[in-house]
Amino acid sequence: MIGSLAVRSLRRHRARTALALAGIAISSAMLLDMVMMSSGMRVSFQRLLEARGFQLRLSPRGTLPFDGEATLGGAQALVAALAREPDVIAVAPVLGGTVHHPRGDGAQTAFGLGIDPGVQGDYTLVAGRDAQGPLEVVMNRAFLATTGVRLGDTVSLAAAYDPQLRSFSGLRTVTVTGEARFTYLAAGQAAVAFPLATLQAMRGADGADRLSLVMLRLRDGADPDSVGARIERAQPRVTALSTRKAVQQAEERLGYFRQLALVLGSISLVVGFLLVTTIVTVSVNERLGEIAVLRAIGVGAGRVASQVMLEGLVLATAGATLGLGLGLVTAQWLNAILSGFPSLPEHIAFFVFEPGDAFASLGLLVVTGFVAGALPAWRAARLPIARTLRTEAIA
Amino acid sequence: MSAERPVVLATRAVERSYQLGGETVRAVRGISLEVRAGDWVALVGPSGCGKSTMLNLLGAIDRPTAGAVEIRGRDTATLSDREATRLRLTEVGFVFQRFYLMPQLSAFENVELPMAEAKVATAERRARVMELLDYVGLARRAQHRPSELSGGEQQRVAIARALANRPAFLLADEPTGELDAATGADVIRLLARLNADGTTLVVVTHDDTLARAARRVVTLRDGQVVSDGAPGAPP
Repeated sequence: MIGSLAVRSLRRHRARTALALAGIAISSAMLLDMVMMSSGMRVSFQRLLEARGFQLRLSPRGTLPFDGEATLGGAQALVAALAREPDVIAVAPVLGGTVHHPRGDGAQTAFGLGIDPGVQGDYTLVAGRDAQGPLEVVMNRAFLATTGVRLGDTVSLAAAYDPQLRSFSGLRTVTVTGEARFTYLAAGQAAVAFPLATLQAMRGADGADRLSLVMLRLRDGADPDSVGARIERAQPRVTALSTRKAVQQAEERLGYFRQLALVLGSISLVVGFLLVTTIVTVSVNERLGEIAVLRAIGVGAGRVASQVMLEGLVLATAGATLGLGLGLVTAQWLNAILSGFPSLPEHIAFFVFEPGDAFASLGLLVVTGFVAGALPAWRAARLPIARTLRTEAIA
Repeated sequence: MSAERPVVLATRAVERSYQLGGETVRAVRGISLEVRAGDWVALVGPSGCGKSTMLNLLGAIDRPTAGAVEIRGRDTATLSDREATRLRLTEVGFVFQRFYLMPQLSAFENVELPMAEAKVATAERRARVMELLDYVGLARRAQHRPSELSGGEQQRVAIARALANRPAFLLADEPTGELDAATGADVIRLLARLNADGTTLVVVTHDDTLARAARRVVTLRDGQVVSDGAPGAPP
């Protein structure tokens, strides 16, 4: 009956309770979004790196993958040596660079990847077939849309373009065999992928037997960091980066995001606490006479306190539940806005829903709401019965 | 005859003082009285004479500054808050001038509340609620909220609530104070019926009709008893 009294007390002032709930829901939505943001980039980046099943990435010594123009020579020998590593089950060599498509008086640029179509981890084919022959290519939607090229069409692509002379070098006429979605590229960035040998040949001496990156898939149970260290000893010109290390480095760079999330999340909790305390205090102050009567007719101080704290709990729980939905919708909306962030991989999300973290944070808000009812509950329980009844009678 | 009935309520030289604006107010000054089972006592006197303070002391919602208040032989000053609360729940029935029903509960639930608190079994308390509402003539209004009841009906629900746990006595503070004459008369008839059925009543009132209906009138002035006898008896 005490529980029923608590709920009905809140329903007595529906508009006020609704407004308080809206406030708590907004506060909990913000808390949820901050929690989603604090871990979102890390989780999303990790998922991105793990999406294609490669655990180790090798780039020229001292560089990060595609962090500059540096390439590795002796590509064939390097790939062969890596393939002999006992823990390595797949080697995916990649050469990256800008390619140019002659258009009118100029050129349209795109990001070009030379890959081994049999073992590649850069794209997923969404239509057509993979580029198998030396003069075949797959493209993404952005390139197809801006050029008007269709699958099966032929298209000219060059490795270099001199705008002064308006001349192209390494020009090839290639057939578009498929449409692909590139995993690591920004939304709207035009991209194409050739067989590795084609792009190497197009780049001439600059690309001959060269690589930008090698991705390695390891056997189950192999420790990527140990394998990477062994490879670095055997191949001193490469830097090996495991997914774990990459995520760690990203986390270090994104530390301020977590701090921001922590500060804003804490503010949300405090706002939630104050909202519940305020609304429950106002509710108790309005019912001093009723509370004194409850105590007079023999309802225990603990029961009165429980009723008041229950009101805080009900408010916080209902608010947190509403906030969960609101927070998810807001996060989706913010993700849609931020996905257009320049040079950020399309599949990186700022806000990622991790059920454990999300429910822990909302649980914390519910506990905070329960505790927020403690002060007014204590006041209600300690109300001087006779004096309150006298005051109420005079009022 | 009265000596055969047990004393349910007694005060022994009870005093109650409190601070008001830096001054000590002696609201009750050494009152001793006994209330026996089946009595109907009206506490009367001018405003500020200590009637309500006395009622609070008798109901164990306030503690005396000196002297003792005994409910069925238990000195209320020796009780912890938890024990005093339990005593009020099981031994004392309160009726207030302003009814003070829980507005969010129906008449049925208001009467049920003290029994739920006393952990009376659900089936038993539901039967008791209907019995009490029937007794006060409101069985048909059981599901109505206080806001849907007249003042007289609300006071009758409050009386039913006060009787819920079969208390040793019922304390009523100006039970007709908020009612018109006709409705007040209905409540007085109900109290008379209750007393005739064996309920002990202590009523604080300014209402002469109610005071005359009591079997014994205790008149207070300046916190002291100035007369104690049958209604209409000379002071």
